[in-house]
Amino acid sequence: MSGGNASSEADSGRLADNILMFCRTLRDAGLPIGPGRVLDAMTAVRCAGIDRRDDFYWALRAVLVSDPAQFRLFDQAFHVYFRNPRLLERMMSLLLPTLETDSLGTAGEAPIRRLREAMSGTGSAAEEQGTQIGIDQSGSWSRREVLRRKDFEEMCLEEQSEADEMLRAEILSVADVATRRFRFHPYGNRYDLRRSMRLILKNNGQLIELVRKRRLTVSRPLVLICDISGSMSRYSRVFLYFAHVMTARQRRVHTFVFGTRLTNITRRLADKDVDRALAAVSADVKDWDGGTRIAECLERFNVDWSRRVLAQSGIVILLSDGLERDSKADLGFQMQRLHRSCRQLIWLNPMLRYSEFEPRAMGIRTMLPHVDLFLPAHNIESLGQLSRLLQQDTDSGRASRQLATYQATQ
Amino acid sequence: MSESPNKRDLPGDVSETRSLLTSGDYIAGRDLATVVYLALHMGRPMLLEGEAGVGKTEIAKVLAATLDRDLIRLQCFEGLDLASAVYEWNYPRQMVAIRIAEAEGHTGDIGKSLYSREFLTERPLLSALEEHANGPPVLLIDEIDRADEPFEAFLLEVLSDYQISIPELGTIKAKERPIVVITSNRTREVHDALRRRCLYHWVDYPSQETESRIVALKAPGIADDLRNQLVAFIHKLREQDLFKRPGVAEVIDWANALTQLDVVTLTPEVLNDTLGSLLKYQDDIAKLRGSEAARLLAEIQAAA
Repeated sequence: MSGGNASSEADSGRLADNILMFCRTLRDAGLPIGPGRVLDAMTAVRCAGIDRRDDFYWALRAVLVSDPAQFRLFDQAFHVYFRNPRLLERMMSLLLPTLETDSLGTAGEAPIRRLREAMSGTGSAAEEQGTQIGIDQSGSWSRREVLRRKDFEEMCLEEQSEADEMLRAEILSVADVATRRFRFHPYGNRYDLRRSMRLILKNNGQLIELVRKRRLTVSRPLVLICDISGSMSRYSRVFLYFAHVMTARQRRVHTFVFGTRLTNITRRLADKDVDRALAAVSADVKDWDGGTRIAECLERFNVDWSRRVLAQSGIVILLSDGLERDSKADLGFQMQRLHRSCRQLIWLNPMLRYSEFEPRAMGIRTMLPHVDLFLPAHNIESLGQLSRLLQQDTDSGRASRQLATYQATQ
Repeated sequence: MSESPNKRDLPGDVSETRSLLTSGDYIAGRDLATVVYLALHMGRPMLLEGEAGVGKTEIAKVLAATLDRDLIRLQCFEGLDLASAVYEWNYPRQMVAIRIAEAEGHTGDIGKSLYSREFLTERPLLSALEEHANGPPVLLIDEIDRADEPFEAFLLEVLSDYQISIPELGTIKAKERPIVVITSNRTREVHDALRRRCLYHWVDYPSQETESRIVALKAPGIADDLRNQLVAFIHKLREQDLFKRPGVAEVIDWANALTQLDVVTLTPEVLNDTLGSLLKYQDDIAKLRGSEAARLLAEIQAAA
């Protein structure tokens, strides 16, 4: 490896250029390839040799790809590039400008909209206020109380943004769970022998003092699954706002949306700016306001995701009206499976806002036996209640609590 | 720097790596052999992901056996910490040493002597960096996804520089790099920083032909006819919509079970009776039992 004759040195120079360009292409295509990996790729290729095309292929893949989801991209890029590097370059140059304007478009959209609202929206609001100056009570206590109980569906745009702010104040983080790690703490309930020993040695063993440690806690993983079908659109918007706040507030929050198919939007919601995050979500998701296939989407979640996001006994919150379009689907079975793989399954159903609501629809009747909590989610107050429930660790009496909350909503 | 000084007994190219694995009864594809070969020569850890039971852990065992190295295994679990993964000071002995020093009346420089190797209890990671008589050992970090993120972060130092910093003692650096195999079942995504330091490979289910060879090696008692039927059935089964598809380990178990039962050919009855060694979820078994299994069987018999 270290020694090489002159001709191979020259060859490898050319090969190195090619590998470098190949890496850059992959990077442009979105693979996380830094300079370190480029060097690794060269070492790997030098190690494996280029006598055989497949060795060359596997060597590059072992270094450059670290996620099965990237295999296809790598495969295509490899075959196009190492047959004809120029071809790929041309393709990229054709593609890139449109890609760039595309991404600019989506990223830039949210600020522009807000700018527009900021300039026109406040102006019109001021005008309105001017005309109705006698009856305006905005910001007063009773108005906020009314807003707390107002159905999201009946809110106008202005009220909605105020409601968002109020909701933010209502959201608490989820109850902590104990880990198996310890940290130094003056009143901890265990002795920290390692630290004690170091202290003892500091004064040459003259003074023996034991210090304590206690268990570390982390917040429980939370999985939010949100129905975005047509009948739910207002509520799902608020729920996504809720999801965004939760994502910012604590670690291990995973969010999924579904209509006719399931989409993981966790990474989108990581954007600190709520408008930009929601815009990215809506660009990602293809089935807004369409129909619902609850059973199929839950099945996808159970098979593809539950083992990856629910490993440490998480809580699942499902927002849906439970109106399954596909009558043949095995909804009960999928709900049961979901219920068994998490610690607690909470179903939020905005339909509970009607006091005379009865679970008559087939879908709702099949889903109901498999949830731990069945709660309304149509106004700020109900979401605040949910958040408080999540903060008190709800450990025992699953069934009785389910009944109690159900009756309380009647 | 030269990555792995102990190259004399390492395979010289990809084909040799492949035959080395075969000599340890492990049938590997060219892709896996390339990754193993690179890991051996570049001195990099390999990160193997894949479904349960496709032979990720086995690679480490086979490497240790065929290269004649020690195998050091670290089974990960949530809350795995320094004390059980790397090292621990032997506190009772330290206490006794202090008492003795007190009794003898020279406690002056006790601090230095208390933090020496004598009082150190080695755990897997540290002992993997130590010198071993028969060359650098194989370090198997099994099911990394079960450990939590703080442990993963700690591994970064070990895996990129092959060294461990012990505050009281200094840095311990491996003279020769161990061969590191990390496996993950993907119950949690491993962090990018760790991925970047490793050679990555997704261990997939083997092809029908490869699997047939694996079964022949691991369950030698089984007749050729039955073996072909069995492997064909498994491949049909993996196409079904199951919660957990059977891995290679289950197939070998099943083959052994059939041998024990003196089965000559697959019938729906045999299938129903032995499905439990293949499928481990009640829902999957309920789905397959009876007519569905018979249908699959009829399909492969029609194809044969």
